[in-house]
Amino acid sequence: MRHRVTIENCNETYPCSEQQTLLQGMEQLGKRGIPVGCRGGGCGICRVQVTSGSFLKAKMSRSVISEADESKRIVLACRCTPTSDLSISVVGKMEKALRAECQIEPEDEVSVAAVG
Amino acid sequence: MAFKGVLRPGLIQIRVLNMDEAINHYQNILGLNIVSTEADGRVYLKGWDEFDHHSVVLRQAESAGLDYVAFKVDSNDYLREIEPKIVAWGLEVDHVPAGEQPGVGPRIGFTLPTGHRIELYHQIDMADDHPGITNPDIYPRRPEGMGASRFDHLLCYGPNIGKAREFFCEVLDFYQPEKVDLPEGDGSLAIWLTASNKAHDIAFVEHEEPGKLHHVAFLLQDWNEVGAAADIISINDVSLDIGPTRHGITRGQTIYFFDPSGNRNEVYAGGYTAYPDHPVRSWDFDHVGKGIFYYERALNDRFLTVLT
Ligand SMILES: [Fe+2]
Repeated sequence: MRHRVTIENCNETYPCSEQQTLLQGMEQLGKRGIPVGCRGGGCGICRVQVTSGSFLKAKMSRSVISEADESKRIVLACRCTPTSDLSISVVGKMEKALRAECQIEPEDEVSVAAVG
Repeated sequence: MAFKGVLRPGLIQIRVLNMDEAINHYQNILGLNIVSTEADGRVYLKGWDEFDHHSVVLRQAESAGLDYVAFKVDSNDYLREIEPKIVAWGLEVDHVPAGEQPGVGPRIGFTLPTGHRIELYHQIDMADDHPGITNPDIYPRRPEGMGASRFDHLLCYGPNIGKAREFFCEVLDFYQPEKVDLPEGDGSLAIWLTASNKAHDIAFVEHEEPGKLHHVAFLLQDWNEVGAAADIISINDVSLDIGPTRHGITRGQTIYFFDPSGNRNEVYAGGYTAYPDHPVRSWDFDHVGKGIFYYERALNDRFLTVLT
């Protein structure tokens, strides 16, 4: 079954089947700003926070995803598969690259501009 | 014998998240042979061209990465004599009793200023399934998967790599065939060190976080085998990093990929023959892309950031 995954940082939506990891689906977007790491739950590059929806997760390296992270639904996209439509927010190292790709201004610069 | 002291990186213990997935990868994809599985769950493997009992140890854990690499030395005398020199240089040495790994004698261990645990050992049993000795055939049978013949080298990321170079060269008699300079000052961004004729037995890249593993490399015979490895990676949908390509540094022909826990592997062929009297080949920071990936002539982000 295919689900829709929305990346909140750049308002991009992609299809992802229950047999695909969130990262595999995202890779199909073909954006340069998706820093794919090891794809095995070891390196922590593909950190995302799942803000809505349900998913299954496989084991992730504790050195990159803490128990506190997991309780906040911060996971590695390469180790999670969707079981419903999902909204995710890219956090950590992926965030800047994705924002650059979507040409969204970094938040701090936006706020400075607003103040100025 | 002109070749004395440290012989080679002989044992490496790698942490994996899921043992079944790891066994499938190291056995069926890389083509290592399982030697034994022990009561504590660790799995021992070796390449087809290795005489020693095993070279790769897999340990299931909560985090991926490197437990330690152990260098084989030429005698028990060397092992005994080197210990006070290591201590005098400023590292604390501990002892691992014989039998902690099957077929392996006593080991000594210490932690480098880069955060990596290094061990030394001499005694290890000969493998039952070893390469031929008397009127030897070229190999006992056709290897599985990529047919990796042996554990070859590793690349570590951590701080104080200049201190690591000093330790390996001054205490363990390694030398440095190649280096990459930092953009400013005398320091190195990356160093390649060897105790042998290989262009590197161990390499380091300067990095903030200590004790990180960049890759574990296994030897292939030639460029054709690197191509066949690339085929196997695609056929089995293994996570590819980059390649097939070539390194300017060491001149090795290579492909990088990841095990199912995210530890980077390399299969490597060629590379020049190093000698301790050769000049140190140096790359300035502006040419590091070509040094690392000779055909692409640019580093990718993954090379500097994806580590376990
Ligand atoms: Fe390598």
